[in-house]
Amino acid sequence: MTDLSRRKLITTGLGAVAGVSGLGVAASLAQKYGLVPPDHGGIYGLGETLTYASQRLLTRHSFAREFSPSQISKRPLENEIAPFGEPFKRFQAGGFADWRLTIDGMVDRPASFSLAQLRSYPSRSQITELSCEEGWTYIAEWIGVPLSHVLDLVGTQPHARYVVYFSIEPDWWESIDMADAMHPQTFLTYGMNGNDLPVGNGGPLRLRLPRQLGYKSVKFITHLTVTDNLKKFGKGLGSASPEGGYAWYAGI
Amino acid sequence: MPDVRATWYHLRVGDSACIPSAASAVPTTTVTSRHSALVRITHWITTLCFLALLVSGAEIVISHPRFYWGETGNVLTTPLFKLPIPSSRALVPTGYGYVLPDQNGWSRALHFQSAWVVVLTGLLYVISGLFTGHFRKDLLPAKATLSWRSVSTVIANHLRFERPSEAETWSYNVLQRLTYLFVIFVLFPLVIWTGLAMSPAFVSAFPSTVILLGGRQSARTLHFFVSLALLLFLLVHVAMICLPGFRNRMRAMITGHIGTRTERT
Repeated sequence: MTDLSRRKLITTGLGAVAGVSGLGVAASLAQKYGLVPPDHGGIYGLGETLTYASQRLLTRHSFAREFSPSQISKRPLENEIAPFGEPFKRFQAGGFADWRLTIDGMVDRPASFSLAQLRSYPSRSQITELSCEEGWTYIAEWIGVPLSHVLDLVGTQPHARYVVYFSIEPDWWESIDMADAMHPQTFLTYGMNGNDLPVGNGGPLRLRLPRQLGYKSVKFITHLTVTDNLKKFGKGLGSASPEGGYAWYAGI
Repeated sequence: MPDVRATWYHLRVGDSACIPSAASAVPTTTVTSRHSALVRITHWITTLCFLALLVSGAEIVISHPRFYWGETGNVLTTPLFKLPIPSSRALVPTGYGYVLPDQNGWSRALHFQSAWVVVLTGLLYVISGLFTGHFRKDLLPAKATLSWRSVSTVIANHLRFERPSEAETWSYNVLQRLTYLFVIFVLFPLVIWTGLAMSPAFVSAFPSTVILLGGRQSARTLHFFVSLALLLFLLVHVAMICLPGFRNRMRAMITGHIGTRTERT
């Protein structure tokens, strides 16, 4: 019995040491390969990090499911939006003719694009599902220019790690890593189901990201910043969502 | 006459206070191990995670208490059924004149963190259970007991509120074995599968996860029903601990020890 418990003690001890050092190695590897989300602190940091790291490893190149035109929802649900501020109303009154998207940060050629310019670039469409964290979904055809195309035009610098994007409406901003920013299905979306993107669905310009939940697809985009560090934005948690208690990474 | 199983419980456990001298007798006021340390630890981690998943899952459902079948569903489409509860979103027409506060942020974070911990704990339990023979010895029913007659005897005993036999203090009866196996190898895998099928990123890498279930809304509806089945199991499980002797069974799962009060020969 003494032998047995000694053996048990030694194996348990070795197991614990291996476990702790394994965790240490895993943590430093995760940091090195960009598998730690900006909101990794706090009591739910473990879950957030495990989800982001594992999904990033599994989904770096995967594609969101695309559907057939017959599966497009008859009415694309327009989620509740807070009342519009004055700047948006002014653009709306002018038919969004003066709407612009500015791109700055870690890019070689900071620029500002009109909607007409964005529409002149190779247009792509995808029939994908919008999934809300609340549980509801709809399928629509989203038309726009891949974000990667525009990022290539402004020349993203090699050390860039994230793209931060802002709505014209206050306190509405998100960020994504370069894997999502350069993904072929990540669009600057200006059209839906063959028409202009309705205001209720984020028009005139919405960043559409079908591999994450709907709240990452911010509506009414006017500003985009490329960066290597999210600490200097807001409370440093990566986006407005974690500040409101929601996960920065919303692939689940 | 005690069940022979009692003897290998004694022999199997190194840290038991007492080793019986004869295989045919359970000594007076024996204190010995009913559940291995690994089973006890994984059991309680699972309990905590399951309660967290239940509470946070309910909170998430409140933000959209409508269920659909197929790929898509929202307030503009016909639901399969609605829960008659208020919602935490003004978007949902519930018939109640008020909207509950939004609790989805922490609920989702707690839900996924608990899911991670319970899945990793479950893997540890299943893998070690295969190696130690836990499933074969403690949960797989003996062929002889797999008859309708023995199952119905157990059910009849339950219905008559008979106290469990001595043998049932030391090992599980056929109904318990089948239920635990069903929960471990059917309900838990199903709840994980239907949960993952709702993740837009996960299904981008493994689309068949959701296609096989008939769509994302079907996955969500199934996730709800499998969770209900697990909740039903939890309620019966707790009732079955309270009825025959709460203290003894709690002690068995916390310390591993069982006190048998009387000598039976």
